[in-house]
Amino acid sequence: MSNLYKEITLNGLWKQNTGVVQLLGLCPTLAVTTTAVNGLSLGIATALVMAASNGSVSPVRKFIPNEIRVPVFILVIAVLVTVIDLSINAFAHPLHKVLGIFIPLIVVNCIVLARVESFAVKNSPAPSILDGFMMGLGLALVLGLLGAMREIIGKGTLFSGIDLAFGPSAKQFVLTIIPDYHGFLLAVLPPGAFLGLGSLIALRNWIEIRKTAKNNTPTPALKPILSH
Amino acid sequence: MSSPLFNSPLIKNAIKTAITMLAFAFIGTSLLAYVFDITRAPIEASEKEARLALFKEILPLKLYNNDLLKETVEISPNDLLGNRTSTTANIAKYNNKTVGVVLEAIAHDGYSGDIKLLIAIRADGSISGVRVLAHKETPGLGDYIDIAHSKWIKLFDDESVSKTAETHWQVKKDGGKFDYMVGATITPRAVVKAVLKALQFYELNKQALFAVTP
Repeated sequence: MSNLYKEITLNGLWKQNTGVVQLLGLCPTLAVTTTAVNGLSLGIATALVMAASNGSVSPVRKFIPNEIRVPVFILVIAVLVTVIDLSINAFAHPLHKVLGIFIPLIVVNCIVLARVESFAVKNSPAPSILDGFMMGLGLALVLGLLGAMREIIGKGTLFSGIDLAFGPSAKQFVLTIIPDYHGFLLAVLPPGAFLGLGSLIALRNWIEIRKTAKNNTPTPALKPILSH
Repeated sequence: MSSPLFNSPLIKNAIKTAITMLAFAFIGTSLLAYVFDITRAPIEASEKEARLALFKEILPLKLYNNDLLKETVEISPNDLLGNRTSTTANIAKYNNKTVGVVLEAIAHDGYSGDIKLLIAIRADGSISGVRVLAHKETPGLGDYIDIAHSKWIKLFDDESVSKTAETHWQVKKDGGKFDYMVGATITPRAVVKAVLKALQFYELNKQALFAVTP
């Protein structure tokens, strides 16, 4: 059983990572990741929605007739996103201003529906919740990393805007990585998002290829044998 | 007494499906209504707080003692303010004497999209402060009009049409008095023009704005 959970975690964070492997939900990936804080915040909101939607569909999966499953899923997801949208607006108002329209847009992020449709309807609640959360966390990490890259290269700072999420006292956590930096506009503009995402995908593939290469060296038997 | 129609498996299935959908819609709607209800007060409070914090930046608290959010005037679409739908102006009073007005103005000729400005004007026609509410100018180039990026917008503090002749309400490149940053002239040009037009609006509508009673 614990093997299943390990597998789910590994899938979400690495093997089937939403951001750099499945390449789903690119709209927020590209639009929001101008800073690390923005990227992480939207990623975590998405992870919460995914855990909650998987968790609420899984227990009632046997009552949902097959013909109307998609409308029901969309309904559940839309309700949860609105709940999170209202909560952020009420308790982290400045952050809500920054993330703006991207929170309601979590509804149309296909990764949320995809995990409900492909995982939650076939599994019991506990693994479903974990799957939703880990898939979302995988996306959050990519968004955060991409945001950090674009922020450092584009503005020379890290975690700017953290006070929007945690109040003015958190301003001391803003790091100036490159002092007196004049900024590199390309990284902040949309093309920077594509270039950054491309590098992240390349990095992940490179690690994966090296890993496979290492595993393969001691077993030369895998080489194709030509027969006559 | 069961009619044969309701016994057909197709209809039975359809009814079951409809009821399931209805049940989910009902649960979803109830949950939303509940969350909306408990978050409404905090949302209104934080919106009000954000608005007041903004007012405080451009209009010193000691200048007025009325509730700015309550004493407002509806302004219908106006060319000088650039608003295409009606906006509200907030009237600041000290012991029931009008001491200032906070206007919202929109510049349509920015580099990309509209620039929304909040302009506080004292009763004597001088500017108490200007802030950019929303803009879509190029990050890193045109966004210095935003107080988060530079103090440029403070150039307007204490300006007025009597202090600076209208012909000088231009960026330095066009022969005016307002500084700008090289590489982004269109943005400050639009802002300067919008602020001047807001001042002109104020001069023309002073009487009407002053006549407001809560």
